[in-house]
Parts: sequence; C-alpha cells; structure tokens
Amino acid sequence: MAQIVENGGGDSGKGKKRPKKSSTHVDMTPMVDLAFLLLTFFVLTSTFSKPKVMSLVYPAKDVPESTEKPVVKNAITFLITKDRVFYYKGEFNPAGGPKTDLTETDFGPQGVRKLLATENEYVIREKLKLDGQLTRKEIVDSVAKKKLIEAQKTPQALKVLVKTDLKALCANFIDLIDELYIANIGMIAPVDIMKDEQALIDAKIK
Amino acid sequence: MAKIKMPKGTPTIDMTPMVDLAFLLVTFFMLAANFRSNEPVDVNIPSSIGDEEVPEKTLILVTVDKGGRLFFNVTGDSTVRRSVISQMVTKYKAPLDNSQLKEYLKITSIGCSMAELPAYLSTDGEGRKNFKTLGIPADSTNNQLKDWINYANLAMLQYGKDAYLKAKDEAKPNEVVKPEDFKPKFVLKVEGQAEYVRAKMAIETFRDLNLNNLHFVTSLENKQ
Repeated sequence: MAQIVENGGGDSGKGKKRPKKSSTHVDMTPMVDLAFLLLTFFVLTSTFSKPKVMSLVYPAKDVPESTEKPVVKNAITFLITKDRVFYYKGEFNPAGGPKTDLTETDFGPQGVRKLLATENEYVIREKLKLDGQLTRKEIVDSVAKKKLIEAQKTPQALKVLVKTDLKALCANFIDLIDELYIANIGMIAPVDIMKDEQALIDAKIK
Repeated sequence: MAKIKMPKGTPTIDMTPMVDLAFLLVTFFMLAANFRSNEPVDVNIPSSIGDEEVPEKTLILVTVDKGGRLFFNVTGDSTVRRSVISQMVTKYKAPLDNSQLKEYLKITSIGCSMAELPAYLSTDGEGRKNFKTLGIPADSTNNQLKDWINYANLAMLQYGKDAYLKAKDEAKPNEVVKPEDFKPKFVLKVEGQAEYVRAKMAIETFRDLNLNNLHFVTSLENKQ
C-alpha cells in the first residue's frame, strides 16, 4: 500500500541516533479527482449499444404494371395512420363479396402480434420445426434459412401489404415492420395507399 | 469505565482502493465504448429486432430529422468522398475552396442544398447545428439527393471492387472474403416522430435509382 505506518522513528532506548523517517504517505486525492473526471467523461461521451439495421426490400419501381389485377390470396393489408393501425384481409372490395371494412388493432402483444401469429401459423410452425432440427443439429444453419425462405413462399404463407397515410409516423411504420419480422413474414410490400382506403381511414378516425 | 481513545492527528483515509476502482472503470469505459459520432442532428431511432450490424465502411446514409429535413453521408475512404463532392460541385456549379473541401472531408453528414454548401462548410461545428437550412432538396424539380446517392453509389461500387480484390489478395487461406461485404449499403436513419411521408421522399429517391434494398437504423429490442 502506498501508506506506510510510521513507528515513531525516535529513540528506542539504546541511544542510537537514526535519521528521522519522513512520511511516505502520498496524497491520492488529486489522482482520484482525475480518475473520476475521466470516468465521467467516458460515461457521458460513449454509446454502448451499437445501432443495428433492419433490412427492408421495397418493390422495384420500373417494372411495367400488368394490366390484369394480381390475385391477392391469403394477404393482409395494414393501413397505418398516426399511432393507429387498421387492417383488412384479402382484396379491397372484392368482386362479388361484401365491401371491405377496416378493423382496428394495436401494436401491443394482443394486437398485431396475435393476429399475425394466427394468420401466419403455417410459417411459424415450420420455423419452430426448423429451430428444433437446428438445436438437435440435424441440419445446418444455411439449410434452415433456405427452408424457411421456401416456407415463406408457399401459398399458405401470409403476404402483407403496408400502406401509410400522410399522418403516419416513422416509428409506427417501423414498429409494424418489426412485428412482421417477428411473425416471420416473408412477403412484405410497402405500397402506396389508395383513395378509397384513405376515405375509410378518415371515416374511422373521425 | 474505559476511556475512549481519541485518535491523534488528522485521520487519513486510504484512497488506494478507490483509485484502483476508478481507474478500472475508466479503463473499462475506454475500451468498451464507441464514441458518439458528431452528427449535425440528433435523431431518436425506433427499436426493432433487426440484428444486422451497421456497415461502417460501405455506408450510404440518409438521415431524416424530426422536421423532415434530409441529410446525406457517405463513408468509405477519402477517394469516395472526394469523387462524390467533385461531381456534385461540377454539376451544381458551387465551387469550394481548399479549406472548405478539407472541412467536407472531415465532417460526417451534409444537410443543405448545393447553393448553401460553401457557407455551410465555412461555419464551425456548433454553427452548423444551428444552420438555417431546409436540408437536401429531394423534390421532383430539384432532386439533389438523387445525385448525391447516385454519385456515392458509383464511387462506392468502384471503391468496393478495389477493396474486395485487395482483401482477397491479402486474406489468409482460411479467411472468407465475401464480395457483398464491399457493396454499398443504403441506410436510412429516421427520427421516430417524423412523419413517414418525409422518409418516403428519401425512399422514393432510392427507388427511382432502382436501389430497393434499404436498411433502417434501429436500436436493438429484445425479442419477446
């Protein structure tokens, strides 16, 4: 230790003169000050969790739009407005069917997540199967990934369209995309909102 | 009753363990921390389960702040940045002098139109934060962001190609050098409270250039 206890360097009775021992005690206070100053500096200037990125593939733009309407099977369309989210299943106003009505849901665990878990049950079950095989080391990582992508492309897998209106916040959009990733949805298409859909939202939030 | 002995002289406290602890913490923070980069705007990023790393070397970043202003940044080495700025300067006829060019190479994000750029680079760091600007124009009549992205993409592709070949030559036998690690990555850093239409301007610009695979910067959230 930096501190040495003095043992009263005086005479011990035999009359021998010793040089007076000077104290070796070092004052540590400035050093502590400095150390804590540095500590504070590093604590304040550092960021710990490195930001991560979430990848999202947008549909290509210059593909000539086919004249015939694509058949939307097993799809959900999410409509986002400020801090609120609506959805409808299948096509918008399908021919011969009832008119589309929006259902409201929320970003909580009982909302979007529960809905997607039931709608995308097939893929989620496949994923669990693959995870099981992976932990038992029956397949390797790359095979599991490939099989999951295959499962996401099957007709049973859910396709999701995401549409945002003018008031939607970026956080809402990313929250929803995040939920879609949690539910292992392979086909995510952020597309433009239609006028009729906007009208339905406006009627709902009034 | 026994007398209580009072210690003589000034009481000294042994500070050594405290110093030990303090320096231990200092060392820990020094080694574990990565510094906050000096961005012209602070952006609250949303959270997600995305767990890819931010590509540090081949990053083309568009930041959208709360007011919907757009900022642009490109990493890579100085050849990339130099090539991008020289093409932008020629196209928009906004000549920069040497000190401004040096300043450009030093800073991270650019957040102003080309006409404002010389003045923007002449102000210092604090002034730049308070610089009155509308960000990089990205509307259909004057889409400067598109040019920034396009030039950066081309320069980065070239740089990535060279860097990949170099890394391949220098790689140890058991090291895998993937070409996709050297391709430019398009990253959007959006403020969570900004309206999505603002980010959409940047997204549409990327899509106009047929760059459809975008990445959103998010903080990591635990999968429940």
